[in-house]
Amino acid sequence: MTARHVKLALLAATVLGSAGTAMAQDATLTIESWRNDDLTIWQEKLIPAFEAAHPGIKVTFAPSAPTEYNAVLNSKLEAGSAGDLITCRPFDASLSLYQKGHLAAIQDLENMKNFGDVAKAAWSTDDGSATFCVPMASVIHGFIYNAEIFEELGLTPPKTNDEFFALLDKIKEEGSYIPMAMGAKDQWEAATMGYTNIGPNYWKGEEGRLALIKGGEKLSDDQWVEPLRQLAKWAPYLGDGYEAQAYPDSQNLFTLGRAAIFPAGSWEISIFNEQADFKMGAFAPPVQNAGDECYISDHTDIGIGMNAKSANPEAARTFLNWVGSAEFATLYANSLPGFFSLSNETVEMEDPLAKEFVSWRESCKSTIRPAHQILSRGTPNLWNEMWNVSANVLRGAQTPEEGGATLQDGLASWYEPQQK
Amino acid sequence: MAVEQTTKPPIRWHIAVFLAPAVLVYTAVMILPLFSTLQLSLFSDINNSQVFVGLGNFRTLFGDPRWAEQFWNALGNNVWFFVIHMLVQNPIGILLAAILSSPRLRMRAFYRTAIFIPTILSFVIAGFAWKLILSPLWGVAPNLLDLVGLKSLFQPWLGKEAYALTTLALISVWQFVGIPMMLIYAALLSIPDELLEAAECDGITGMAQFWKIKLPLVLPAIGIISILTFVGNFNAFDLIYSTQGALAGPDFSTDILGTFMYRTFFGFQLQLGDPNLGAAIATAMFVIILIGVSIYLFGIQRRLRRYQF
Repeated sequence: MTARHVKLALLAATVLGSAGTAMAQDATLTIESWRNDDLTIWQEKLIPAFEAAHPGIKVTFAPSAPTEYNAVLNSKLEAGSAGDLITCRPFDASLSLYQKGHLAAIQDLENMKNFGDVAKAAWSTDDGSATFCVPMASVIHGFIYNAEIFEELGLTPPKTNDEFFALLDKIKEEGSYIPMAMGAKDQWEAATMGYTNIGPNYWKGEEGRLALIKGGEKLSDDQWVEPLRQLAKWAPYLGDGYEAQAYPDSQNLFTLGRAAIFPAGSWEISIFNEQADFKMGAFAPPVQNAGDECYISDHTDIGIGMNAKSANPEAARTFLNWVGSAEFATLYANSLPGFFSLSNETVEMEDPLAKEFVSWRESCKSTIRPAHQILSRGTPNLWNEMWNVSANVLRGAQTPEEGGATLQDGLASWYEPQQK
Repeated sequence: MAVEQTTKPPIRWHIAVFLAPAVLVYTAVMILPLFSTLQLSLFSDINNSQVFVGLGNFRTLFGDPRWAEQFWNALGNNVWFFVIHMLVQNPIGILLAAILSSPRLRMRAFYRTAIFIPTILSFVIAGFAWKLILSPLWGVAPNLLDLVGLKSLFQPWLGKEAYALTTLALISVWQFVGIPMMLIYAALLSIPDELLEAAECDGITGMAQFWKIKLPLVLPAIGIISILTFVGNFNAFDLIYSTQGALAGPDFSTDILGTFMYRTFFGFQLQLGDPNLGAAIATAMFVIILIGVSIYLFGIQRRLRRYQF
């Protein structure tokens, strides 16, 4: 054979070979995600489990940086180069993708029956007629504490607000540890782990959140301002120069054992398990008076849907159906302690800290972050304002009352039910 | 002779041919995007389709009190950012260049390199390094101040509204002081020795020589540096974004036009991106820079006196 023939043969083999794989339906699915922290878990646990059960479908996990994800994904979808499966942000970011025809409706998937309405709400149209992402996980807010410091100082986790501040006072008086690790620099710490962490106890979870959407309550009402007042009271218990303390600083303060309490989201569990070499415990946001009903922020955070223009719609649906299964829920919740399955199926978890967090679902009422559904559709964006106001209040640059008024004015400037 | 006068001069094709690559590349990567940005700012997304709204986006930007407040806040911060650079970066750059060009200085190459190195660092590295230096928890700054007993002077500078922007401007000055230094240094070196010798014969030496001979001769270079600083500052974005994030905290006190544009164009967290309004901000930035450069070109550069050596 001459060199020319070899070349031709190779060319033919390439063309026919790729045609052959297409005929054998060896579909390759690409997952778009912002969870680049989870790369190894997808590659080593989740994808192999799926591929073993579904021969003929190959899956690649292709994450981008969290802060750039929305922008990158939108550009890719516009250009038609996005992957088959799209990790969904909750509420409007995904809803707008669905309305633009980028996400396919998937409410008819068999395993969607495993999810309740609250779980599906984050990825459904306002009237609930269509659902476009399979709920994957939620995160729960609370406080993680250094159990060894608590033991050393003879402290017990607080139940009520008074106990909480008495505890902080004790740690402060003793003086060897920073009572609480939180900073105001990155702003979202104050909003997410501060305001929406302790807030549900004051605005009574879903009750207050829905009243806000209907226009029955205002952000300047007492039940919405009181959490800001509490936040302002935290300032003396935070580390020196907390105004310029960033989120990673707070994490390090806690994992190095220099701070006793970390206002947290449950996603910290896997990070802390890796970095902290002391025992940890967790307590739910303290209630105002002993015996009060407690509320927790159990926020639907992550889902997964399919690109409406996917070349392998059947394979993508198969994958999504698997994500809705109990098998996935168990695998995911145990590989990533702190990301709790939204499935109605019972999921056995091994991590003690994660178990503690999820146990609050039984004793307390769950709600999601108030700004996420509907209320962040206009300008100014309510969630951005909450970041800014919470950080301002924590720094003492705004009084809680001013903060509440800012939030309310911003919301009422575009949201009709609040304009009455 | 008569024959020569009647023949038309040949069309000089080679000029067009030699200019073509640069013109084409520049058009494709600069002029077209610029005009498509201008065009984008005249449209708006209504029910998922682009609708022509004329100056509607600009009316929102300057007419809506919330948008206008953010815009003027960002512009004001940007002006302060620029003022710091003009007052600190450029005088220090000139001073360093003057010292470097002094014939008695030893290890000149070392100083030159050391001062210039931050310029070639990425913004992200510079921003991150300074964030660590200034960190109230593990920063070098509080410890160093403690060593000399001035711990009380330490403030969480990046976390206070009053200081954050100035601190960031000074970080940027630290990073870019090498550029005016190099340009002025080159201009100083190009001053012919005869001129300086003549000055010395006339009894002008030392400081007087710098003020009366050298400085007027490098004024055109200073003009160029000012305009580079102006354009660079009004396009700045990276440093603020990498140290303070897209919300440019605390309380938007470090928000400049670049971060404001980014937030609007690409969206942030739950705020969805609005490319049209973002393009309107980008257009406003373009106009501001255009006005600044025009003032310089027509008002200042023409009056600068140039000397032929």
